[in-house]
Amino acid sequence: MLKNPVLIYLYSRYERFWHWLQSLLIIVLLITGFEVHNAYRLLGFGRAADVHNYIGLSWLIAFAFFVFWLATTGEWRQYVPTTKKMFEVIRYYSYGIFKGESHPVPKRRDAKHNPLQRLTYLALAAFLLPLQMLTGFLFWGYNNWQAWGVGFLSLKVLAVVHTMGAFAILTFLIVHIYMTTTGHKLTSHIKAMITGWEEMEDETVVEDWERARRKGSSGF
Amino acid sequence: MRKVTTIHPPAGLPWATACVLLAMATVVAAAASAQAAQAPGRVLAQQATREKSLWITSDHARHEALKQPFASGPQVTQACLSCHNQAALQFHKTIHWTWMDPSTAQSAQLGKGGLSINNFCVNIQSNEARCTSCHAGYGWKDKNFDFSDQSRVDCLVCHEHTGTYKKYPAGAGNPVSAPTLITGNGKTYLPPDYNKVAQSVSRPSRKNCGTCHFSGGGGDGVKHGDLDASLFKPNKALDVHMGLDGQNFDCVRCHSTSLHHIAGRVYATPAATERKSLIEDDLTSKITCESCHSDAPHKNHAKANDHTDRVACQTCHIPAFARVNPTKMWWDWSKAGKKKDGKPIALKDELGKPAYMTKKGEFRWARNVKPEYYWYNGSIRHVTVKDKIDPSRPVPLSEPVGTPNDPNARIFPFKVHRGKLPYDKVNKTLTIIHLFPKTKDDKAAYWKGYDWAKAIQYGMDYAGLPYSGEFDWVETSYVFPTTHMVAPRENVVACGECHTASGSRLAGITGVYMPGRDNIRWLDAIGWLAAAGALAGVLLHGLTRLFTPMLQNKDGRKEKSSC
Repeated sequence: MLKNPVLIYLYSRYERFWHWLQSLLIIVLLITGFEVHNAYRLLGFGRAADVHNYIGLSWLIAFAFFVFWLATTGEWRQYVPTTKKMFEVIRYYSYGIFKGESHPVPKRRDAKHNPLQRLTYLALAAFLLPLQMLTGFLFWGYNNWQAWGVGFLSLKVLAVVHTMGAFAILTFLIVHIYMTTTGHKLTSHIKAMITGWEEMEDETVVEDWERARRKGSSGF
Repeated sequence: MRKVTTIHPPAGLPWATACVLLAMATVVAAAASAQAAQAPGRVLAQQATREKSLWITSDHARHEALKQPFASGPQVTQACLSCHNQAALQFHKTIHWTWMDPSTAQSAQLGKGGLSINNFCVNIQSNEARCTSCHAGYGWKDKNFDFSDQSRVDCLVCHEHTGTYKKYPAGAGNPVSAPTLITGNGKTYLPPDYNKVAQSVSRPSRKNCGTCHFSGGGGDGVKHGDLDASLFKPNKALDVHMGLDGQNFDCVRCHSTSLHHIAGRVYATPAATERKSLIEDDLTSKITCESCHSDAPHKNHAKANDHTDRVACQTCHIPAFARVNPTKMWWDWSKAGKKKDGKPIALKDELGKPAYMTKKGEFRWARNVKPEYYWYNGSIRHVTVKDKIDPSRPVPLSEPVGTPNDPNARIFPFKVHRGKLPYDKVNKTLTIIHLFPKTKDDKAAYWKGYDWAKAIQYGMDYAGLPYSGEFDWVETSYVFPTTHMVAPRENVVACGECHTASGSRLAGITGVYMPGRDNIRWLDAIGWLAAAGALAGVLLHGLTRLFTPMLQNKDGRKEKSSC
């Protein structure tokens, strides 16, 4: 028998907006960035570089709002890493999922991320993405290095780090998009990131206030 | 059965969409408004060069001194000096007179009037009378020329405006005194109407400068790839500054002059030692692009402005030289001397230019040539006939000075003219060839006797230099900075012509990381492998998820609604 699905409100309005804005920015950055890296010809080097610069700077500014949101809402706690149940999650994705087992760490409003996600998203938000932004910003400001007191930098080393970061993000993106299909239904995770409401299996212990029937109050 | 609570249209979505659109619109609008305004570099340049009608307070046609009968050039010069009493003294100090690099010690004898070697007609020693038809003087026919004689200065060749004043090609700078036919080109040279010519004097026009500088090396476009007869009446597409349908600049608009010193000479020191614009110093010369355009000439925040520290303007703005008339790219003297039935041979190539001449050897010409690019701080290193060479590889007779680490060096476009010259096998030096016959019976001159041994011996003896008597041929190269024929901005070199891994214009430029041109192979290999691995991994995972439930269903095990 199927379990009864329920809807819980997971992602606030800003969070969803930020997710999709950032994904758009990152995808455009990947497309233009790899063109600048001579992987293919699409816009032409000059236009690709221009778009890459504008989008990169926009991302930097938008990211500041995200950091502010994390800090003021306490959502940063969702990124605190843990090893608890890590093994179970790994076992689930590499074995249990094929057998139709339930997820060992179901999503909750105050714990949206399983241990594996916590680690991945912490690495992304606290390390990889800021690193890309920093190296990208330095790349963009190449002519001001002397004035900024960073004249010792090497453009080549910077390029290597920035390119490594790009490949890491590309790899993440592939896995990330695939992982969206592993929810209750194929589209559950994506729907949740659009509407805020995630469809879950009923056995999940959900607080009463989280229940879908209260969604009319527009969430967060 | 499943019971799913109805989902209302998401309240957050329109908001998110609106915000994204707003953000995008801001970026696009910023880019568009920056484009609409004129680039600051153009505004500056237009202000700096705004047309002023030439002011002159004297009508030379009314000067009694210029109405007297003249029989020769020096007589005209004396008439000029009767008023302009410092002019010749000033001119004597300029490179147009000395043909020597003013910044190098006299003992080095660096300069075309000294012992510098080029791979055209090599050196003027013993060939003066032919070469000095482009000297702004009269009578430099041998090494005894009196450089201190004021009347020897040729004022007219630079200042006359009738267009009828012509120096005879083999007359040591003198015009003819009676009509003379040159059988070689079928042209008849006439004695000038000195009064008319002298009364026409004014500021040098494009024609005055071009008469010599467009024909350096003895013919149109032989030497410089960016200076030839097509610049007498160019359109804007050929030269955005000189185009008759554009700014219509004369040469002296940029080649600012002070006491007859004309800015723009490039030898061992740069034409301009400082990078400053007229805004920083309103009396600076206009010789560099940045004099008028500044070092941030493109629209604000344009990436192109970030290039001006390391890339010369010319690199992007002169996509090719010799865009109308062909220029000579190769001159192999070793092939000279072949005859057919005892008669000299003359062959033409598909461009209509000489491909072979018995007197001179083999030529190659080209049109619309992509420059070669080198680090360049404005100085050029020249070889003289005294310098030791390494004949085991091509000898750079002149080469740009500059390294990536030199803060004054920028990437600059060059025409490189290559060819073969004779060198002294024992002394390991290049040689001076006696080419131009001094008399009808001067068999030592190669163009009379076709005997290399005699011609080299004569040339070296004439210059007072040691010669072993043994010679062989060596390949040589000679560089010309490309700075004229600036194209309109629609035709600039596109970013991707340099920022590409395949066929980059700057493939040979080292010492700088260029996005698009440079990549690290191992990094790309690992990166793409990681991405491909991730893709393969998730596909495998997905397929496994697709097929395992079927097996599970058969076994009557746990059901799963999806996947």
